[in-house]
Amino acid sequence: MAKRFINLNVNGKDVEVGIDDRESLLDTLRNHLNLTSVKKGCEVGECGACSVLIDGRCVDTCIYLTVWAQGKKIITVEGLKDEKTDGLTDIQKEFIKQAAVQCGFCTPGFILKAVEIVGENKPYTRDEIKKLIAGNLCRCTGYMNIVTAIEHAIYNNLKQKGIKYEIANNKSSFNEDEKILDEKLEKVLSNY
Amino acid sequence: MFDIKWFHEAESVKDAIEKLKSDNDAEIISGGTDVLIWVRDGKYAGKALVSIHNLNELKGISLESNGNVIIKPSTTFYNITNNDIIKKCIPSLGEAVDMVGGPQTRQTGTIGGNICNGATSAESASTMVALDAEIHLEGANGNRVVKISDWYTGPGKTVRDRCEVVTKFVIKKENYEGFVGHYIKYGKRNAMEIATLGCSVLVKLDSSKTKIEDVKIAYGVAAPTPIRAKSAEEFAKGKHFNENLLKEFGEKALSDCNPRDSWRASKVFREHLIVMLAKDALREAIKKAGGKIDG
Repeated sequence: MAKRFINLNVNGKDVEVGIDDRESLLDTLRNHLNLTSVKKGCEVGECGACSVLIDGRCVDTCIYLTVWAQGKKIITVEGLKDEKTDGLTDIQKEFIKQAAVQCGFCTPGFILKAVEIVGENKPYTRDEIKKLIAGNLCRCTGYMNIVTAIEHAIYNNLKQKGIKYEIANNKSSFNEDEKILDEKLEKVLSNY
Repeated sequence: MFDIKWFHEAESVKDAIEKLKSDNDAEIISGGTDVLIWVRDGKYAGKALVSIHNLNELKGISLESNGNVIIKPSTTFYNITNNDIIKKCIPSLGEAVDMVGGPQTRQTGTIGGNICNGATSAESASTMVALDAEIHLEGANGNRVVKISDWYTGPGKTVRDRCEVVTKFVIKKENYEGFVGHYIKYGKRNAMEIATLGCSVLVKLDSSKTKIEDVKIAYGVAAPTPIRAKSAEEFAKGKHFNENLLKEFGEKALSDCNPRDSWRASKVFREHLIVMLAKDALREAIKKAGGKIDG
């Protein structure tokens, strides 16, 4: 079986990886590049836990051969950071604030899907968000908090850009003030 | 690691055909959302794969000067739904392929694979059948054009030879111009689902918006292959529409279909769906075309 070297841009860095033709991108990212945020779930393209951004679009890497990724830009959760603070991005913070994480296995996939959704700068409704995240499964939380987190992330992003966007039920998952949630988040983050 | 005999990334259609000819186990892979799963399942285990995934000559949608819409086979569902030509000329096809699997599947899955795997449940199939699409193939023994009505030979089977590559789908101007379409997928869930039944209707109203000038209806999963319900079409042509006509239209469509029992749904339930979806899809298409339906 043929082995070859391919060039990828992973999380902003150009890398050359020696791979087997039969490898999925999921295996390459996990086993050769140690990017374990990319989760191995169903391996048949149903659960979305292995989603990464390839040239900006969310793709299931378990059914994507690594050889196809030659020369492409790949982003995993490891590559996300806030440009100003170097810390967590706004989307990641919203996921924590809205308790959109429980066991955490599906979270990297959801976060990357959220990056794609928020990056489109469109005022998506709750129903539209539900359709957009239909390729990602979560078996713990249900989807309420995840949708709320993405809704808030869209809101924050569009506010910066001066686009009007209304959240249907402008409450967080806990019916708490944004301020209190922010304080709680700071407390959580200060532990790390 | 996938159980693949050997893998080749084709540099051109000719190169792909040659590689396919070189080994009896060789199969084409495009988006991979079906083929790689079959490799895992065992159905395609040990096959050699000839990839047309990154072949740019097989990607894209264009409008010819004579009004025909050309869809290249390696165009992904996502790119079809978001293409301006499709939005303008055949929006119902874009809506139909927006129901395939989930968003990630639509990002890599291609219309060529959807048509070539021969599945009766394929989301693009019923609309392409209603549109009378032409399939252009290139093979070792030259090129040929197959009408989609002659394309399917059985469940999961098409007239395509293993060594042939689809180079384009052509949708003729007269088959889409003036028509307004609606596709309904009936599934038990809203996403990540294979259709229990799919129904695609294209309707052309007369200038008064009270009469059906022309109508085309095609089903997926109503028979071993995607099919047209010609007797329903003939029945409705030239008639003024009302709720009664819609009902009869659905019943006429049933006579053209041959659904089966499967674990997804019983034959009886599918027969019920055939009548109801024809009614609903035609009603929606008429509404979209600007017609008003009264009791």
